[in-house]
Amino acid sequence: MSSKQRDHLRDQVFTRRALLLGGAKLGLFSTLVARLYYLQVVEADRYKVLAEDNRINLKLLPPPRGRILDRFGEPLALNRLNYRVVIVAEQARDIERTLEQLGQLIEISEADHRRVLRDVKRKRQFVPVTVRENLTWDDVSKIEFNAPDLPGVSIDVGQSRFYPHTEAVGHILGYVGAVSEAELTGEPLLELPEFRIGKNGIEKTRDLALRGSAGASQVEVNAVGRVVRELSRQEAVPGNDVELTIDIGLQEFARERIGDESAAAVVMDIHTGEILAMVSAPAFDPNLFSVGLNAREWEEFLANPKQPLNNKAIQGQYPPGSTFKMVTALAGLESGAITPSTVVNCPGHFALGDRLWYCWKYKGGHGSVSLDYAIRQSCDCFFYETAKRTGIDKLAAMAQRLGLGSRLGIDIPGERPGLIPTREYVRITQGHAWNQGETLNAGIGQGMVLVTPLQLATLAARISNGGYAVVPHLTRQVGGKPPDDLKRPPFPSLGIAANVLQPVVNGMIGVCNNERGTAFRSRITEAGFEMAGKTGSAQVRRVSSAERDSNTRKKDAEIPWRERDHALFISFAPIQAPRYACGIVVEHGLHGADSAAPIARDILLEAQKRDLGREPPSGGKVAGAPPKVAG
Amino acid sequence: MVGVSYRRQGMSLLQKLWQINWSLVLLLLVLAGIGFAMLYSAAGGAFEPWAARQIARAVMGLLLMIAVALVDLRFWMRWAYAGYLVAFLMLVAVEVQGSIGMGAQRWLDLGVTQVQPSEIMKITLVLALARWFHGASIEDVGRIPFLIVPVLMVAAPVALVLKQPDLGTALMLLMGTAGMLFVVGVRWWKFALGFAGVIAAVPLGWNFLRDYQKARVLTFLDPTRDPLGAGYHIIQSKIALGSGAMFGKGFLQGTQSHLNFLPEKQTDFIFTMFAEEFGMVGSLVLLGLYLLMMIYGYAIAFRSTSQFGRLVAIGIVTAVFLAMFINIAMVMGMIPAKGSTLPMVSYGGSSLVVTMIGFGLLINVWVHRDVRIARRMGEE
Repeated sequence: MSSKQRDHLRDQVFTRRALLLGGAKLGLFSTLVARLYYLQVVEADRYKVLAEDNRINLKLLPPPRGRILDRFGEPLALNRLNYRVVIVAEQARDIERTLEQLGQLIEISEADHRRVLRDVKRKRQFVPVTVRENLTWDDVSKIEFNAPDLPGVSIDVGQSRFYPHTEAVGHILGYVGAVSEAELTGEPLLELPEFRIGKNGIEKTRDLALRGSAGASQVEVNAVGRVVRELSRQEAVPGNDVELTIDIGLQEFARERIGDESAAAVVMDIHTGEILAMVSAPAFDPNLFSVGLNAREWEEFLANPKQPLNNKAIQGQYPPGSTFKMVTALAGLESGAITPSTVVNCPGHFALGDRLWYCWKYKGGHGSVSLDYAIRQSCDCFFYETAKRTGIDKLAAMAQRLGLGSRLGIDIPGERPGLIPTREYVRITQGHAWNQGETLNAGIGQGMVLVTPLQLATLAARISNGGYAVVPHLTRQVGGKPPDDLKRPPFPSLGIAANVLQPVVNGMIGVCNNERGTAFRSRITEAGFEMAGKTGSAQVRRVSSAERDSNTRKKDAEIPWRERDHALFISFAPIQAPRYACGIVVEHGLHGADSAAPIARDILLEAQKRDLGREPPSGGKVAGAPPKVAG
Repeated sequence: MVGVSYRRQGMSLLQKLWQINWSLVLLLLVLAGIGFAMLYSAAGGAFEPWAARQIARAVMGLLLMIAVALVDLRFWMRWAYAGYLVAFLMLVAVEVQGSIGMGAQRWLDLGVTQVQPSEIMKITLVLALARWFHGASIEDVGRIPFLIVPVLMVAAPVALVLKQPDLGTALMLLMGTAGMLFVVGVRWWKFALGFAGVIAAVPLGWNFLRDYQKARVLTFLDPTRDPLGAGYHIIQSKIALGSGAMFGKGFLQGTQSHLNFLPEKQTDFIFTMFAEEFGMVGSLVLLGLYLLMMIYGYAIAFRSTSQFGRLVAIGIVTAVFLAMFINIAMVMGMIPAKGSTLPMVSYGGSSLVVTMIGFGLLINVWVHRDVRIARRMGEE
């Protein structure tokens, strides 16, 4: 083979092989194009979504919580700026040292110290970690002043709930707290770590209205989650203000007046059902809850025998004692069992079968007693007789019409129903037939009968407003409008005839204004402001007949506090044109006339005086019935 | 020998300049320009820290490229083995430096600049192989003993590069050499044998792989295996590419790259960034440019009179193609993730300059396409 031929052959091989190699490269090229087509055309939509998911974070903007106001617009719950000191790890660099320096300015507990170090480790470098919350203005200025020496430390402002009237309205307002696992509804707002929801009281029942709705901020984040910029922002809608029926002035007056007693008092408008004051004492300061209770404070609350966490106005259930005699009288009059002129002889006791039921004046008795006198003197024998003649069915029915024995539907949580025993109830729960002795006990508000202070106020209201089924409530307006979940005036009539009501009302007037009345000493003496009422005391401990007979009944002061009778008083004022009703229970206060009536007197007088010439800024005047009763 | 053939034997410098394939130079500058734009974007719309330096290097590379193109082709042939030896010694030096400095070491510090000897080796290996086969006849190529030297020529640097460890470059050297052996006419069955040998070495080689390399291979097989670790880069790269869709998000608008979801966007993942911002249309244009570059290379190879020139042209084009293919296939999740760069576009001084020197050789072959070179050096 010549050199030329050889070269030719080599060239041929080269050309052929080079073309093959080039073809192979073209083949590889086309796989790249195919892959590009797959990624950028076929799967493009999927990857676009993934890229957006990567890039965009939705940040919820919590709405400021609505305020709670009293009937005149005075704030009872509002949001206070909560100054927090936070530390950003990537700016602080040496966390330990910075914390130490910070610790010289403000107090940092050992627990906080540990938590901060833990959080810093756990979170990303640029996420602020809270060192302490609720700083005083003093602390804030100290930190701001030293800011140049504290790299990475800054003051962050959040909002926390503040209750300026502290414990005076604690039970009504309730408090807010962190969302618990069970309260999660899927609403994303609830998952924000700093979000607070109503846990009790109005804060709980009106939580949705107060809460408002969340805004949202769409932010672009980079691969490590740092916010690069805000893409869009929808501001949060602040929660609605909730306006209560409470007059904070009266509320605080009542709270002061009750002092250290363990007691509950409710003042309501007899026509509208608006509660002007509702006090349960002792109480708690809701601010403690919004900051967070420590274990020791919590233990103290639980250990207190006067149960400060309990709202006795709606949760305390007491035998109504003689305050129940209004019900017995009304049932007797309506059924015709007695008339205003019925006279009963009281020898100090009442015999039924072979048992004796004693009058509180068991020595000597009251002699011949008419209805008016019986109410004034609270003669038990008269009402034993009335109850016996009326029968438990009509008695219980009247009690229920007047609002006893079931929940009134007050707009805060925890209300208890009390108890009005019926034949049916006794048969089911006690397993025996009703016996007449129980009717006698019920007739004077003892035995099984239980009422709440709220029910006592409602009872007084329904008697004094001419027999209308007024329902108490605490919320006047939500966001400027009356809430639609409440019974509002006009209230239906209970169908009690005026000639049935009038003798009872007159009797109550007599209790306070007749010098033989049990509450005469606690009457309102200022003309035009007079009140009517009825005293009551409820046995906590049975008085044995041995004690009664042997005359060894202990003197009041000798009885241990826990065994003393509860003192009750129901009242309304002014007698000329009633407007306010008050129900009050002083736990272990012995006699209604001594401990409960004076408080009621002062509160009702204050209520009338405070309200003179004052009208709520919005909302109409009363519906319901024009007052028909007059002294 | 006839006069026509000698026409370009003794060209003046000006004649040679005139002969330079300026359209190819323009094509390369367009590719480099795309690189500048992407580096500018990668820095969030700034020339620092990458674009400005890349431009300076490109200017240096351009000058070197022209210079390399103008030197007589026979000069490169004469010095081919010497150049190979120098590159090999540099690789050894890197190895020594690495074993002293602990850990992987790919860079050689020359004082003024750092160079990557494995990059230089890609070029010098092409030159050395081209010289070896320049004088070989088909019969020579058919004899196995004749192939021992070229196999050793590639095996030695591959062994060193594998030790670095740089699996990608080793593969590129092997495949580039295979391409050249293929065009000189080595029999198919010999390739089959060689391939079988490599396959047989894989399980053995697996034990020598570092953990991170094993992870890369495993992650390639199943990218969701470790979505926040090794697989994260590829997943994010595919999201970037895919979300670019047909027309892209626009220059400087790539969210994946600008928000740092994309790693090493100035080097390994620069194609991803380009595809995110310019979409399928832009990607096809870029691939088209590479294709055009390849066609130029083949045209030059076919037009070259000397076997040495042809082989250099094929070798250079194949090396650049392999680098491009491996990089793009990698960012699209077709082959395992590894540190590879996109030639002419990725940031990296030594890579850009060495690539441009390679193209200088390609242009050199074009300028000296009619130069005849004797089978044995000095036989002229």
